[in-house]
Amino acid sequence: MSTPTIASPVAAAIAARKEAGSGALIGYLPVGFPDLDTSVDAAVALLENGVDVVELGLPYSDPVMDGLVIQKATQQALENGFTLRQGFEAVERIRSRVDAPLLVMTYWNPVMQYGVDRFATDLENAGGAGLITPDLIPDEAGEWMSASDAHALDRVFLAAPSSSDARMRQAVESSRGFVYAVSTMGITGARADVDAAARGVIGRLREAGATSACVGVGISTPEQVADVLTYADGAIVGSRLVSALAEGGVPAVGRLAAELATGKP
Amino acid sequence: MSLRTQQGPYFGSFGGRFVPESLIAALDELDAAYSEARTDPAFAAELAELHRTYTGRPSIITEAKRFAEHAGGARILLKREDLNHTGSHKINNVLGQALLAKRLGKRRIIAETGAGQHGVASATAAALFGLECVVYMGEVDTERQALNVARMKLLGAEVVPVTTGSRTLKDAINEALRDWVANVEHTHYLLGTVAGPHPFPVMVRDFHSVIGIEAREQVLELTGRLPDAVAACVGGGSNAMGIFHAFLDDADVRLVGLEAAGDGIDTPFHAATITMGRPGVLHGAKSLMLQDADGQTMESHSISAGLDYPGVGPEHAWLAEIGRAEYRGVTDAQAMDALRLLSRTEGIIPAIETAHGLHGALELGRELGPDGIVLVNLSGRGDKDMETAARYFGLLDAKAAERAAEADAHPTAAEEGQE
Repeated sequence: MSTPTIASPVAAAIAARKEAGSGALIGYLPVGFPDLDTSVDAAVALLENGVDVVELGLPYSDPVMDGLVIQKATQQALENGFTLRQGFEAVERIRSRVDAPLLVMTYWNPVMQYGVDRFATDLENAGGAGLITPDLIPDEAGEWMSASDAHALDRVFLAAPSSSDARMRQAVESSRGFVYAVSTMGITGARADVDAAARGVIGRLREAGATSACVGVGISTPEQVADVLTYADGAIVGSRLVSALAEGGVPAVGRLAAELATGKP
Repeated sequence: MSLRTQQGPYFGSFGGRFVPESLIAALDELDAAYSEARTDPAFAAELAELHRTYTGRPSIITEAKRFAEHAGGARILLKREDLNHTGSHKINNVLGQALLAKRLGKRRIIAETGAGQHGVASATAAALFGLECVVYMGEVDTERQALNVARMKLLGAEVVPVTTGSRTLKDAINEALRDWVANVEHTHYLLGTVAGPHPFPVMVRDFHSVIGIEAREQVLELTGRLPDAVAACVGGGSNAMGIFHAFLDDADVRLVGLEAAGDGIDTPFHAATITMGRPGVLHGAKSLMLQDADGQTMESHSISAGLDYPGVGPEHAWLAEIGRAEYRGVTDAQAMDALRLLSRTEGIIPAIETAHGLHGALELGRELGPDGIVLVNLSGRGDKDMETAARYFGLLDAKAAERAAEADAHPTAAEEGQE
């Protein structure tokens, strides 16, 4: 958006779904849960069952934006010995099996410790499309803005119901790929009602010039996906997929993805 | 250049706001309210009156003469924050933030606590102001500080044991942040230390700066000069920032923070963040922290729940970087010896956190010699630690107590054995 000369495969995938009269389904799963191989298979299963973009989470010791389901899964991955190296390996393995855009979702400290430019280099080499950064606001993202431009990577920032108009504009101008509209004031986890607030956030992002804006946090059913896609460009499902993986393994994730995809008109 | 004028959000390269976007509006609102309050004479007057009639300020200084005999003959002066209502320095910040919460129209406060001192202080302020209060406390800490849990409940607060992660202070902060993200409209997060996103490090420091302002005057009045060194324990760093701040521009006054070295900084079991940590982002600010190569936060270890934290406030990280303050590790054993020594020589039982600072004062006194003056922040009283201390010294078992008494007949020898 801010740098239109850099093509975003994620934005392209979302735009393609919109042209087809629908919107994108984006699925989140953490790397290394329940183990590295299974997490790779599960992400592939998402993409083979109607998910358009995968959001691969890197387990982190202090995930303040996450609810219990994702906390438990990522904590188990850490106990199993997850390393950042495995994150890049997972990206590479998934990309070698399915040709679809793959974003990495990570808290900021691991990127900072790895080295922002080195992280961007390795993510690009692994075939990743970019980063979603839940605890990095554009105000603090100088180094990441440069690195993501240098490596032609997407950078997805968040917008919340509480964000001011100026911050909405900043999120739109700083993001590439899409803007992540947080549906509700809260952390990740399935909710019976996806807040009316989500519609408001998307409306305000549009006024700020957003052409690619997706809703996340709380979405867990095909009905919610269908509802969100009436006003947003994409719907993001996370915790419900993680629960399915925990309870029924890769086949359950594939089934749930296919079911969620029926929400795409 | 004055070092006392730092107003954030950055201290050198440390500080900032590394939090989910959902919290930015609340941080902006808090920042604006605090900026307005800090220059409002009415706010200052209301807080000062509360401190006079409720906290018990000014807190006194006590010269610890018998204790000082073990410190190379230097004079040791104790700033008695343990005599504040609720038994520690924590009340200074809590009353300030509770007044701000009232200004912001928030009816609910949430807090994290390690040792329970900040939780008790928050529950106290909530009772005083008629606010709903929820305190997040790591499950491990609810067990080792059971008495403080009872205190908070008696004061009407809800105590939520945190069972995720390492189940200590760092995880209690995570859980409080999650609560805040969801309830920010009517909830104020009453953060208890000089860490976290801007404006917390500046605001919490300012509310505690009364400690150093009073102490500086009191030391001048008593001794006719400034101290050679000011010592305080450092976990997140609030009591240390509180007593250091008034002395930042007194270049001849050494500022020494004492971190929890647990079993020793050469073991994996410590909480010496500044001594052993690297720059990173934790709990909303860039500072120093204990972490592995991948940036995963490492578990800290200390006998003291209040110092058992793998991060530290960004202003301390900056003071360490520019060399204005120095930071040293104090082991569990050294702290417990200092705790017993102060109890036996002065009739003052300090908190285990505070005892780390006291050990530092003993070291500094020996380095300075008989002409030295060391000011120590006696940040909290030890009542809450009696179970830990009794177990550590074997005081609950009659025979063990006898052995401890025997060993204590020669405190100087025992002390030197530690060095």
